Amino acid sequence: MLDLTPKTMTERKALRINPCKTCQPVGAMYAALGVHKCLPHSHGSQGCASYHRTYLSRHFKEPAMASTSSFTEGASVFGGGGNLKTAVRNVFDIYNPDIIAVHTTCLSETIGDDVGACIADMDIPEGKYVVHTNTPSYVGSHINGFYNMMQGFINYLTVSTGTPNGKTAIFPGFVNPGDMREIKRLAGLMKVPFILFPDTSGVMDAPMVGRFEMYPKGGTTINEIRSLGDCTEVLALGPMTNTEPAELLKKKFKVPFTLLPLPIGIEATDRFLMELSRISKADVPYELEEQRGQLVDILLDSHQYTYQKTVAIYGDPDIVTGLTSLCLEMGMVPKYVITGTPMEEFTKEVTALLERYGVTGAVVKANSDLFELHQLIKNEPVDLLLGGSYGKAIAKAENIPLVRAGFPILDRYVHSYLPLVGYTGMIRIVERITNTLMDRQDATCADEDLETVM
Amino acid sequence: MIKNVSVLEERRKSILDKGGACSGCGGGSGITSNIACDTTSVSGAVSQRACVYSGARVVLNPVTDAYHLIHGPIGCASYTWDIRGSLTSGPEIFRTSFSTDLRETDVIFGGEKKLSSAIDQLAEKASAKLIFVYGTCIAGVIGDDIDAVCARAEKKHGIRVIPVKASGFSGTKSQGYKLACDAIMQVILPYKDVPKADGVNILGDYNLAGEMWIIKNYLKEIGINVISTATGDASFESLKKMPSARLNVVQCAGSSTYLARRMAEEFGIPYINVSFFGISDTADSLRRIARALGDSAAVKRAEVFIAAQTKAAEAFIEPYRPGFKGKKAAIFVGGGFKAISLIKQFNELGIETVVVGTQTGKEEDYEVISSLVGGDTVILDDANPSELEEFMLLKGADILVGGVKERPLAYKLGIAFCDHNHERRHALAGFEGVRNFTREVNLSMNSPVWAYCRRECG
Repeated sequence: MLDLTPKTMTERKALRINPCKTCQPVGAMYAALGVHKCLPHSHGSQGCASYHRTYLSRHFKEPAMASTSSFTEGASVFGGGGNLKTAVRNVFDIYNPDIIAVHTTCLSETIGDDVGACIADMDIPEGKYVVHTNTPSYVGSHINGFYNMMQGFINYLTVSTGTPNGKTAIFPGFVNPGDMREIKRLAGLMKVPFILFPDTSGVMDAPMVGRFEMYPKGGTTINEIRSLGDCTEVLALGPMTNTEPAELLKKKFKVPFTLLPLPIGIEATDRFLMELSRISKADVPYELEEQRGQLVDILLDSHQYTYQKTVAIYGDPDIVTGLTSLCLEMGMVPKYVITGTPMEEFTKEVTALLERYGVTGAVVKANSDLFELHQLIKNEPVDLLLGGSYGKAIAKAENIPLVRAGFPILDRYVHSYLPLVGYTGMIRIVERITNTLMDRQDATCADEDLETVM
Repeated sequence: MIKNVSVLEERRKSILDKGGACSGCGGGSGITSNIACDTTSVSGAVSQRACVYSGARVVLNPVTDAYHLIHGPIGCASYTWDIRGSLTSGPEIFRTSFSTDLRETDVIFGGEKKLSSAIDQLAEKASAKLIFVYGTCIAGVIGDDIDAVCARAEKKHGIRVIPVKASGFSGTKSQGYKLACDAIMQVILPYKDVPKADGVNILGDYNLAGEMWIIKNYLKEIGINVISTATGDASFESLKKMPSARLNVVQCAGSSTYLARRMAEEFGIPYINVSFFGISDTADSLRRIARALGDSAAVKRAEVFIAAQTKAAEAFIEPYRPGFKGKKAAIFVGGGFKAISLIKQFNELGIETVVVGTQTGKEEDYEVISSLVGGDTVILDDANPSELEEFMLLKGADILVGGVKERPLAYKLGIAFCDHNHERRHALAGFEGVRNFTREVNLSMNSPVWAYCRRECG
């Protein structure tokens, strides 16, 4: 279906084709769903909320609840403050969340609604909270929206009581509930008391209990967010998603932070565990040592099927960086590494990684799109694609196998329940990459080359 | 019992409980409907409904060789990229996402220049012949003169560049349908004087899972020629032929009756509303098309075709009947017309409809719905998830028919589900659709998975 993509690449300044990003508000909505008993609220046209909920439902196969200010022509001329006030009253009346997390849209940003002033002016019921953040869709991507919403929560709720709570704050970034569970498991095994913020596990992977829970059991609690100011330190997993909220916490409450890559791959997981060990002074338990040993064993067993295979990786900046690291550890050659999010740190981080492994000639780009990736592949193909669902058109057009990882995955099930992070995550991805390449070999080889033992 | 159903005060007028048990709801007498509809959503509602842009986008999207250029920040393009499941017999340009990806500087200094140069690029590098330019919320607010940009581009490149000024806030999704219909009119008006030909246009079918092809084949079977379609599997060339048809056949009334009306005014083409969902509506529609053309041979052929197909479809349903006995359905779809067909179709399967909701139903739709359902059915306009949940549980629905946002909701409630929207798994129109629908309703309602969760649901 992409047979019209021209091989010759020309500069495109005004035209985005087949994006590899989406807009800020959906990131803000996802972050807010990671807070317990929180209803995200979209301050804009009702289409925005509808699209974001649909997008999240398609990825997580879960209901994604959010309300909207339902802007009309009038609101767009005279400001949406009135709509917001009505909305907040209605939401507390009927949906009864503990907290409403308002994010803006390109519409309310451009007409200049002062959401902060509007909230300050509201009658908010006792014991309930309304927070907000600005998420102009024309800046950054959904990744910016995610961390902007985190900052909204911190700005409104977090305090410093002067009494340390002895906990470490862990920022997981825009990852799946399955990743958040694994991060919590690792911190637990390393005996580090922690607050994970935000935490969509138990919300966007909630179990079937025979009734619809508007607010499932999961999510960082309001008290935990309040207590972030009393944490001893922050482990920010994924510098491109978490630098800003970590810096905000440091500036406001002097909580120091360490930026770490998302623990995808052996090295990054090792680093995360060493940091946890530094904090708790606990040794890495045998359970994790054993798992790491298994992972290395698996890599040894299978390396001839992955070594020097070329791969194109696309998606969100921190996840793509993590996957690049993981592929390098498998002996693969990342040839094209792109994100749609405009963040120049991305190219620096990935280029440094590639240099460490002596990989040259790779194309690393932020602010790119899947059309550009397709053109690159048309000029020089790769053995494997690694990223979200929208790569499947390239996979089909160029006859290249695709392993799905990251966001969004709209055409498969179960992915959001299982991690990419930790040794567990890497074992899973190694299995998927190896099987995909080996299935390919089986499906395309000559009859006489078909091997029963591989 | 229904007193426990919590409903926003402003929402009460949009709910009709025919049983009359819900004291706060709008109706109650159970004879005619008197429901508040066609309004914007209440602020603060978890509305299932989308915006003007979304309405325009879904109607025009299936024009297969058009370049659909979204003028706005990236979101509006991302969320509508290749999500509709409209099949094409040829070009696949519509499955590629084009956008101006407006950034902060564009918002400050205006996006017209960027739009112009995006159009230039499509015209020069991709040899586009037809471009739809969708103006989103932001384009409306910063005041980009999309009309002027498009008009200039048409002149410069000698191609069609049609503005669709669909700011999300400027009305409801229905308003977007209307804008899309106007855009189609802009495309076809220059061909007003093409000579008349023998045949019909099909309007308001989007060829989801190939449904347009099924309908086309039926008409071919009874000797009726299909001249053009809007917009399922349409192309620039096929659209140009529209003015030559003798009759417009409107499948999705909500989105395309307006287009039919405009074509009646401009080209003098009469139209009829049809529906190809369910046995009786499919049969009835074929008959009415043949009659409307005054083609007695076609009427005869239609009767033979219908008799054979109906018999086969009923024979297909028969073995499923015991499994459907006593089951109850809830319907939540976009338009009123589809809801009406689905109620009839469930009746054909021996399943009673107990909850009916639409996103964009009109007053006359609700009147028909009200006359079709039993005395204990709840009718909702622009329902939100908690209303759907409460009424489905209250009325004991076994299956919900809806769209993407309703699927996980239904499953959480332990209620079976059938997607009758963009994510339909197979064709649901025509006699083939009857088979697929019956199979899917059965698959979902009688899957072994329920054995593991009904216990917990009690």
